Amino acid sequence: MGKKEGIVLFTKKMKKDYTILAPTMLPLHFKMLEGVLNSFGYRTRILETSGKHIIEKGLKYVHNDTCYPALIVIGQLLDALESGKYDRDKTALLLTQTGGGCRASNYVSLLRKAIVKAGYEHIPVISLNFAGLERHPGFKLTVPIIYRMLYAILYGDLLMTLKNQCRPYEINKGESDALANGWAVKLSEELSRDNRICYKKVKNNYISIVRDFSKIPRNKDRKIKIGIVGEIYVKFSPIGNNNLEDFLISEGVEPVVPSLLDFCLYCVYNGIVDAELYGIRRTKAFFCNILYKYLIRKQWDLICSITENSDFRPMGFFEKTRTLPEGIIGLGTKMGEGWLLTAEMFELATQGVHGIICTQPFGCLPNHIAGKGMMKPFQKRHPDVNIVAIDYDPGTSQINQENRIKLMLADAKSRAG
Amino acid sequence: MDKSKLSNITDIKLNTGLKSILGVDIGSTTAKLILVQNGEITHKIYERHFSQVRHKIRDMMLEIEPLVCNEQLYVAISGSAGLGLAEDAGLPFVQEVFATGELIKQLQPDTSVVIELGGEDAKIIFFEGCMEQRMNGACAGGTGAFIDQMATLMNMSINELDRLSLQSTKIYPIASRCGVFAKSDIQPLLNQGANKADIAAGIFQAVVDQTIAGLAQGRRIEGKVMFLGGPIYYCKGLRKRFVETLKLDDNNALFPEYGLFSVAMGAALFASKQQNSLSYPELTERLEKCTCNRQNTVYLKPLFENKESFEKFRERHQKATVEWLDIKEYSGDAYLGIDCGSTTTKLVLISGDKKLLYSYYSSNKGNPVDVVREQLIRIYRLCDTRIKIKGSAVTGYGEDLIKHAFHIDAGIVETMAHFTAARHFKPDVDFILDIGGQDIKCFKIHNGTIDSVMLNEACSSGCGSFIETFAKSMGYGVEEFSRLGLKSKTPVDLGTRCTVFMNSSVKQAQKDGADISDISAGLSMSVVKNALYKVIRAGSAHELGENIVVQGGTFLNDAVLRSFELELGINVIRPQIAELMGAYGAALYAMSLGLQKSSIISDNELKNFTHSSVPAICKGCGNKCHLTVNTFSGKDKYISGNKCEKGLGKGNVRTEEIPNLHEFKRKRMKNLSEGDNIRGTIGMPLSLGMYELAPFWHRIFTSLGFKVIFSGFSGRELYTKGQDSIPSDTVCYPAKLMHGHIETLLEKKTDYIFYPCLTYNFDENMGDNHYNCPVVAYYSEVLNGNMESLKNTRFLFPYLNINSRRELTNGIFSLLKPKHRDLTRKDVREAIDKGYEEYRKWMAELQQEGRRAIEYARANNKRILILAGRPYHIDPGIGHGIDKLAVSLGFVVITEDSISNVIRPENVGVLNQWTYHARLYNAAEYAGHHDDCELVQLVSFGCGLDAITSDEVRDILERHRKIYTQIKIDEITNLGAVKIRLRSLLGALEERERKDG
Repeated sequence: MGKKEGIVLFTKKMKKDYTILAPTMLPLHFKMLEGVLNSFGYRTRILETSGKHIIEKGLKYVHNDTCYPALIVIGQLLDALESGKYDRDKTALLLTQTGGGCRASNYVSLLRKAIVKAGYEHIPVISLNFAGLERHPGFKLTVPIIYRMLYAILYGDLLMTLKNQCRPYEINKGESDALANGWAVKLSEELSRDNRICYKKVKNNYISIVRDFSKIPRNKDRKIKIGIVGEIYVKFSPIGNNNLEDFLISEGVEPVVPSLLDFCLYCVYNGIVDAELYGIRRTKAFFCNILYKYLIRKQWDLICSITENSDFRPMGFFEKTRTLPEGIIGLGTKMGEGWLLTAEMFELATQGVHGIICTQPFGCLPNHIAGKGMMKPFQKRHPDVNIVAIDYDPGTSQINQENRIKLMLADAKSRAG
Repeated sequence: MDKSKLSNITDIKLNTGLKSILGVDIGSTTAKLILVQNGEITHKIYERHFSQVRHKIRDMMLEIEPLVCNEQLYVAISGSAGLGLAEDAGLPFVQEVFATGELIKQLQPDTSVVIELGGEDAKIIFFEGCMEQRMNGACAGGTGAFIDQMATLMNMSINELDRLSLQSTKIYPIASRCGVFAKSDIQPLLNQGANKADIAAGIFQAVVDQTIAGLAQGRRIEGKVMFLGGPIYYCKGLRKRFVETLKLDDNNALFPEYGLFSVAMGAALFASKQQNSLSYPELTERLEKCTCNRQNTVYLKPLFENKESFEKFRERHQKATVEWLDIKEYSGDAYLGIDCGSTTTKLVLISGDKKLLYSYYSSNKGNPVDVVREQLIRIYRLCDTRIKIKGSAVTGYGEDLIKHAFHIDAGIVETMAHFTAARHFKPDVDFILDIGGQDIKCFKIHNGTIDSVMLNEACSSGCGSFIETFAKSMGYGVEEFSRLGLKSKTPVDLGTRCTVFMNSSVKQAQKDGADISDISAGLSMSVVKNALYKVIRAGSAHELGENIVVQGGTFLNDAVLRSFELELGINVIRPQIAELMGAYGAALYAMSLGLQKSSIISDNELKNFTHSSVPAICKGCGNKCHLTVNTFSGKDKYISGNKCEKGLGKGNVRTEEIPNLHEFKRKRMKNLSEGDNIRGTIGMPLSLGMYELAPFWHRIFTSLGFKVIFSGFSGRELYTKGQDSIPSDTVCYPAKLMHGHIETLLEKKTDYIFYPCLTYNFDENMGDNHYNCPVVAYYSEVLNGNMESLKNTRFLFPYLNINSRRELTNGIFSLLKPKHRDLTRKDVREAIDKGYEEYRKWMAELQQEGRRAIEYARANNKRILILAGRPYHIDPGIGHGIDKLAVSLGFVVITEDSISNVIRPENVGVLNQWTYHARLYNAAEYAGHHDDCELVQLVSFGCGLDAITSDEVRDILERHRKIYTQIKIDEITNLGAVKIRLRSLLGALEERERKDG
């Protein structure tokens, strides 16, 4: 592993004057991640473009039976290349790669195929992965970068969680969004400016954020809460799920979205499970264990900052979340979102949601198992929480999806009285 | 629909108080309105709205005006097409399934399940226990639109279809997932002359199966079941199928009189709870105001910018034409070509200098034999004694049938026929696209031979019959519909997926107020984009070729032709006889045969010609093919529907001697002994990964003293057994079969059932990693969570590491120890060693057999076919006998795993991390190095990973100048289409050989 022939590498020389383009997934988080990468000398641009033409591009250059997220992100990158905004001789593309047993690990290969098809075979594609799949001399994820990325994710989770609890109730329309965006810009600057990250300062930031959100004037309406789980990209990305959060808010619902750190923790935790189940890569498991404990502490601090300073509901605590699906699905189910998807359904139920939307790209393999496959056992334990699976793909019309969601909402609202 | 036939529902009381209430339900095809006054239904309307939602609602309001003009009205709207209207008019909206649920709770609270089929939606509500409501997912047939399409295909009205179905004697299996697949099942049946009553019953059965498998998704339909909605209300045959399949008695099957109006009534209930009322004038004013409101929908550029560009376009395409001769004046030789397609039959007669004497194009009205007979009579009369037919050839779906019926000289595979014809118009043609009634065919020409063939298999949205059905459903003929499209100023963007998706895109467009011309133009665009990006998957025109010929009936539609040119940005050639190209090619081929005399049926014989057909079931093997026995003129027999040669009643079957590794593997699997029962019995589902590891597990457990019982090969029956617990209707067919396998094992009452979770498969050191796909790896989790019946047994699905003897020993030991205390770690260790040894032997034998097959092929001058896929594709219920078909076409069939250890590609362009896939890449590389070896890839419909592997396998093959052929397989596979693929491959290979030397 680690060596691939015939791929265009991102060299050290390129680092100096190349622009790196990457697709967004969670606008708040990725804005800050962009800041982190830039502070280490990578000229990164996170693409927030949207529109039907992006999907058209994807359909044109990627096998149409491939998952929707691949179509979108590749379409988005190619669209940017052809927009004229970037010098194609001084541009590199970046995608994440987990190396798991799901086809998502192949997005990088698919992107390479697509850019060759489009005639840009000279453009380097960087794989952002922690599995040592490929190495690019000009792009190294050093410990300081990863360290700062972690804070970007923690901040992002906090902003997202609080924003979702304020937006449906805010009296001055747009205030929560503005506050979240304002903080994201500020934190992004801070993460890229400060020479050293002082954890005390981070915690103070948490508190300031929580207090700022508590100050937003809100009405006392009782609204039903709907959780969103599913394939990571369509779960989070507004372009992937047709602005699902906005739609829910317009329907008078409070959306509840699990945090991004959960997915990171899930990946780390799988390293431990692998050793337990199969007796493989014990050294990796050892380090995963240390990292896991470290991350858990960080998440706990974040949760405390919310509970100690406000009435907001904190995000689920992973240490507990991972125990929830016991007896329902094995922790060995680790491809794609795997058991985390099921665990998040249960976590949302403990948060008191009235219904859950399980989002997936049409034909997503891991979701057959951990999503649709687990709905029945889930409902047996939580008969009061309705759950609906929504498929996303380039051909599905929004009205179809919305009608199904509306059915679920009508039912949830009547149950909630 | 006839209003007088509408149900009598006036005696129903609704608990709505003294108000005047309007409940409106606007579905995908019909609009329903009921007026409730003092709890009684005083007026009802049920009409098709032909997508003119807003006009229809106005008409309905006018109809009730005299009844309510002075009253305060409480209103609620429901239905999928009513959403937009309600929003624009600011009226309360209630989701339709929810509305139904509330109604049934009030009217018949002892109901357990409600099944409601609508025009395009299917819904189910479970009342018992925790109430659950579901609608059909994104990919689903089994609705009113599906029945409509099928009726059109059968060329009869829905009423006729219904009446016929009641006379059936048996039921043909028809794919239930989606109209596309059903069509490809029905078409061959029609072409083969099967009994229409049986097909009709099969269509309804498909709807029922879809409801059970797709909608109930693992929850049993039992207790009092109520059926609602138009299709069930009108079709007695459909009711019958539901009642029989669900085993309901009269008390438990409810078909209420208000079945058509349930949603409207539910809406009325909802309306009665509203705070605000409106006067009649206020209501009409609100509805008027929102009649033209455009938003949301995305629009495309018009097809023509101005009149000049339209004229130019027309002129250009008039040049590609064939000269006509007057048949009444011509005398001399002539050649006949027949193209018996899926929905249409085409005939041409050409002169010795390739000019047209006669042509015919028509729908085959369900029986192409009659059509051809009539035409031959006509042609003979016109020919008289002046013209002598010296050769005849037939192509298309009905090739064999017509060839036998009329003693046609030769058959030619469709692709070759089209190529022959296209070459006539453009000798240097390098790309041909043919869009016909039901299929899209396209092929590249490289050095004068067909280089790659692509057919649409997953989707038919790019086809002619689709536009036709759509036009009809809106009340237009197809010509007028296309003419309107040319004039559209703002074509709607409708997406490019299957019919069901497109229907809802149209719904959305109509919601936003798009008119017929915009939809027509949009559909043309979709058809083209579907062909380009879905079937051909082209990035640019340059990639297709420089000299493109388009043909097939669909391209006679100028809107489609124009869309194609616009999308590609280049001009193409469309022969004036676009729809006749197959027949024309066949005629040219007949000419090239150089016969002295044609064997075609004589004038006299034709006069006494009769045709009858009888269904039968072949008992030759486990496939149990549904055969159709055709008899012509009382003596000539022709049997169709067979998958191998056994069904043809030819005594000694020579094909069995020819090596077929699929068969070899199956035989070995069958011969696994059960072992002695010392410690108990253990059942293993013979599905998914078990096809690879059966000998391994079998040896381990028999060594430990277990009797090992396999569930056996799968078939239709086995599938049906487990279909009601499948939670995901879009998972691949092999996974769905798992449920049937488990039920089979449960019947055998084994002590354990074993299917382990294996994240990793054997590491064959062939790629970057050695994963199983998520479905193979973890399907046990789904079974455990969704099959209630499994609770009666001990279901073992441990997570195991089969790459380490030590870890596997630990895994198995701790699995069995609690129940078998006397078992020692050493016993397990020894058994596992035996397992590894057995597996090694097994693979060695397979490779040995592979070598033998290859030697046999070379000694007997036969072609080798690597029928490559996954290990479980050898299951007769999954592979549907494709291997046998290939053998009957003269191939020696081997598998990918028998030669995957020989060679590997230098460079794989994707992350090569699945064991089974790495074998595919190696097999492709092997084929690339051997001239006498071809590779055909089997792909399960819905397999997400194969989106990646198929591209890569194609790349590897094309690097070696090999032809890539892919066959998508699903619950029912139309072997007719597979045959075309394999024959095209053969045809192309032969032509290549002729060229090379």
